[in-house]
Amino acid sequence: MDQQELIPHLFRSEYRKIVSVLCRRFGFDQLEIAEDITSETFLTAAQTWGCKGLPENPVAWLYGVAKNKAKNHLQRDLTFQTKVAPQVRSNFTERYESDIDLSPQNISDSQLQMMFAICHPSIPPEAQIGLSLRILCGFGIDEISEAFLSNRETINKRLYRAREKLRTEQIKIELPGRAEIDKRLDAVLTTIYLLFNEGYYSVSQNQVLRQDLCFEAIRLCQMLAANKHTNKPPVNALLALMYFHASRFDARVNETGGIILYDDQDTSLWNAEMIFKGGYYLHRSASGDTLSKYHLEASIAYWSTQKTDTKEKWESILQLYNRYLQIAYSPVAALNRTYALAKAKGKQQAIVEAEKLNLTGNQFYFALLGELYTGIDDQKAKTNFQKALAISKTPADKKIILKKIDALGE
Amino acid sequence: MNEYALIMRHEDGTKIASPEQMQIWMKQTMDWIGSIAAQNKFVSGTGLPFDDALVVHSNNMVTNGPFGEIKETIGGFVIVKAESAHEAAEFAKGCPVLQGEGNTMEVRRIAKNDGTHQKFKRPL
Repeated sequence: MDQQELIPHLFRSEYRKIVSVLCRRFGFDQLEIAEDITSETFLTAAQTWGCKGLPENPVAWLYGVAKNKAKNHLQRDLTFQTKVAPQVRSNFTERYESDIDLSPQNISDSQLQMMFAICHPSIPPEAQIGLSLRILCGFGIDEISEAFLSNRETINKRLYRAREKLRTEQIKIELPGRAEIDKRLDAVLTTIYLLFNEGYYSVSQNQVLRQDLCFEAIRLCQMLAANKHTNKPPVNALLALMYFHASRFDARVNETGGIILYDDQDTSLWNAEMIFKGGYYLHRSASGDTLSKYHLEASIAYWSTQKTDTKEKWESILQLYNRYLQIAYSPVAALNRTYALAKAKGKQQAIVEAEKLNLTGNQFYFALLGELYTGIDDQKAKTNFQKALAISKTPADKKIILKKIDALGE
Repeated sequence: MNEYALIMRHEDGTKIASPEQMQIWMKQTMDWIGSIAAQNKFVSGTGLPFDDALVVHSNNMVTNGPFGEIKETIGGFVIVKAESAHEAAEFAKGCPVLQGEGNTMEVRRIAKNDGTHQKFKRPL
């Protein structure tokens, strides 16, 4: 990896670690300062490495510089001298530079605690995700705006308000108690899940950003699974789900960035190792007595790794969607269920069900109807595809629909 | 939009279905509920197993199971969202329970708990 790639890569993997450690050390009061110090560290890296070449151990270099900058900050800062210092000195009799502990254990602990702090119920979900993207994934404001299809100003405001909230509510950076973990875990998992979805279904055309989002989500979930207090069945189910989906990354997109539909994907491009990992975590998720939506989704995703159409496969998927929709309705799940129904019980029956969904603002609804009518009533199929075309947004979607229309002929 | 309970009434709860038949019904029931849920009209629901069922009579007499003098039993219920009782009845039409002769589906609006349920029948 050359320097051009290395710095953004390290930024993704190390930014959150340094911020989490510093922030845990400083408290949420000084979140921005922790972020500033970390950003400065990377700026220094870019400048120094550009002139002098790469250090032998870039990560250790970053930690060393971050430590020094933090130390300087602590020494320099007037607030520190007057307000923080007496307290810090009473808590830590050692010299304070040694308090900045960038050991693997402390890094991992700090990040987990940070996750739970950011996903505090007092902050609205979209701000939780935004803040997670910023602090845990090191995303810039531009990238976050792109991921949310929003503008800088909105995102800035959202993050500002969330940070203020963390400050005013005096939210502590710590792992909540055992009873509280289960409650808060939901929000943490939702954030990770949405983060993954943001990458997987993003309308953003930036492929690299999309995959990065997904792998960040996996990494965060991995951390939860590795900690004995947070290693719960839904965590494993979510991890399984993400691995199964991520296994198809390379097969989903062609050279020009267009989406390749599931049926047309080259299975040799599916990542066998990730499918294996998905299976492993799905197996691990099968304990306890609560069936989360992640369990159901992961099981559906498991079946998607079996490309051959069998009756058993589609019956199972249909039953999984039947249950899924009862606990987590979404138009996408409703459409997918209807597709599974068509595969399990035939198009005629699925058409009746599909018409009932009445999702007339949704391009995929019309695309599904077009698909179901194909071969049964081609004229109706065409009309539906045309409706889908009219409301589709991206060139990639339009291209797929046009292909379907062409295939129907005159 | 109101919420309605769709109550499954079995004319004769003493008939025992084979495990295979039960499995087919379960699947059909799940498909039926899945179809309602896909329209985002499912609220909640559950089966009410016949075993371990008791009936408490007016003189506090308790009999084991609803299979005494009256044969009719309630097999379960589903709560749905619907614009009208007729829309709810349309949902009810799909329930596999109706395959059994004499069985019925009862459609009842759920009281909103906002003081508008004066039409409740009082106990005699």
